[in-house]
Amino acid sequence: MSEFLSPKDLPAALAARAAHPDYIPVAGGTDYMVASKDRLPPPGIINLFGLGALTGVTDLDGGGVRIGACTTYATLLGDARIANTFPLLRDACREVGASQIQARGTLGGNIATSSPVGDSLPPLLALDAVICVASSAGERRVAYEDFLVGYRKIDLAADELIVAIELPAPHVGAMQHWRKVGTRRAQSISKVMMAAVAHLDDGRIADIRIALGAVADRTVRARATEDALRGSAPSEEAAKRAREALRGEITPIDDLRSTAEYRLGVAENLVRRFVLSL
Amino acid sequence: MNIEVTINGESRSIETEGHRRLLDVLREELGLVGTKEGCGEGECGACTVLMDGEPVNSCLVPVGQIQGTQLTTIEGMAGSDGLHIIQDTLVRYGGAQCGICTPGVALCAKWAVEKEPGASKERLRELLAGNICRCTGYQAIVDAVVAAQNSSESSHE
Ligand SMILES: Cc1cc2nc3c(=O)[nH]c(=O)nc-3n(C[C@H](O)[C@H](O)[C@H](O)COP(=O)(O)OP(=O)(O)OC[C@H]3O[C@@H](n4cnc5c(N)ncnc54)[C@H](O)[C@@H]3O)c2cc1C
Ligand code: FES
Ligand code: FES
Repeated sequence: MSEFLSPKDLPAALAARAAHPDYIPVAGGTDYMVASKDRLPPPGIINLFGLGALTGVTDLDGGGVRIGACTTYATLLGDARIANTFPLLRDACREVGASQIQARGTLGGNIATSSPVGDSLPPLLALDAVICVASSAGERRVAYEDFLVGYRKIDLAADELIVAIELPAPHVGAMQHWRKVGTRRAQSISKVMMAAVAHLDDGRIADIRIALGAVADRTVRARATEDALRGSAPSEEAAKRAREALRGEITPIDDLRSTAEYRLGVAENLVRRFVLSL
Repeated sequence: MNIEVTINGESRSIETEGHRRLLDVLREELGLVGTKEGCGEGECGACTVLMDGEPVNSCLVPVGQIQGTQLTTIEGMAGSDGLHIIQDTLVRYGGAQCGICTPGVALCAKWAVEKEPGASKERLRELLAGNICRCTGYQAIVDAVVAAQNSSESSHE
């Protein structure tokens, strides 16, 4: 017998998680149901979809937002705050799946699956997201970059759930930019994603955050590239320095050399175009 | 587990395991075989049903999640006075050929037209992008949905 639990609130969900570390939490099911196809039934499921405490977008002091882990793409796409303040995330969500996937797929599910080609991940990284995680023992907050620990691996214990994603308000006048090259079907060869946020001060790049998807085992910040750009005017010359820095910090995977070279080339072009657009 | 749900306006009580696919429970337990299986992986939309008004792939919904919801399957789309306008235009414009995609297309189109009554052809294509059709080349489907859109606009006036 495979048990199906629908906890009524967050404490009940966390208690279920603590009591049954082998049960699978399921939100929209759009990753889980594909992965579990033609497998034996799971020992149990902890259903999270629609749980009030995990659903919806709320305002934070200072202009940021808190997004419940089980908030769907459809809800995010219908939210004016996301559209106005975080167009980067809106643009990425728009491209996820089709209507049916957007109606069920959740942000927390995308983060937990942590596919190197997950669409929401580069925007969350570039927007300095904080992941709020809870267990029966309490809540902790982790910078998203630290939450990503390996190929499809996140810093989540067997008794924890992702509760929410917090996005601080971007700097006034910051430019947000989302680009995805290649199709999902061809993802193993050609997909490269870039999310970038930057603002200028006196004609120079005061701050810049660049997150890349599908160029490494996990979504990564291009920190050396950012350092090479900070303080410069957005010129061809700065773009050239950024390109060299990017070559230095993204390591091609040996047995995928040609693919890695190709991806690096695409990533360089994406960064260059973003810099020149500033 | 016991599941209480409203399907096509009728209250149902189902005894089954919650991890099963909604698609299988509809077809095998409830005899609602109008819902079709194509890919079984969320890509084709043949298994689309409306859950609390939203289009979902029933191959991706563990049936325990339908507890307390309102479902519409293709069997519930026609009214007592005949076919739903979208079913009617799909037939008239040749938007249904082999018919495998049609239940999903019809339900998703109903949702799309109600959600965005003024949607352009391009936007309709986007909203229906999760419903794959190997027969019609989509033009006939889009024409049918536009015709349904126009006639429901005129019936509101
Ligand atoms: C046809 C199709 C197209 C798709 N297209 C895209 C696309 O274009 N871009 C893209 O990025 N993805 C895509 N996906 C993948 C998927 O839809 C997304 O990753 C989605 O965000 C997953 O969310 P979910 O709620 O459905 O996850 P689920 O399937 O419910 O869960 C996924 C995993 O996360 C865990 N989990 C879920 N919520 C939590 C939580 N709160 N705390 C801890 N663990 C949790 C589950 O245990 C499970 O392991 C597609 C999938 C399909 C089937
Ligand atoms: S059978 Fe469900 S989407 Fe194809
Ligand atoms: S009518 Fe045959 S697949 Fe659409």
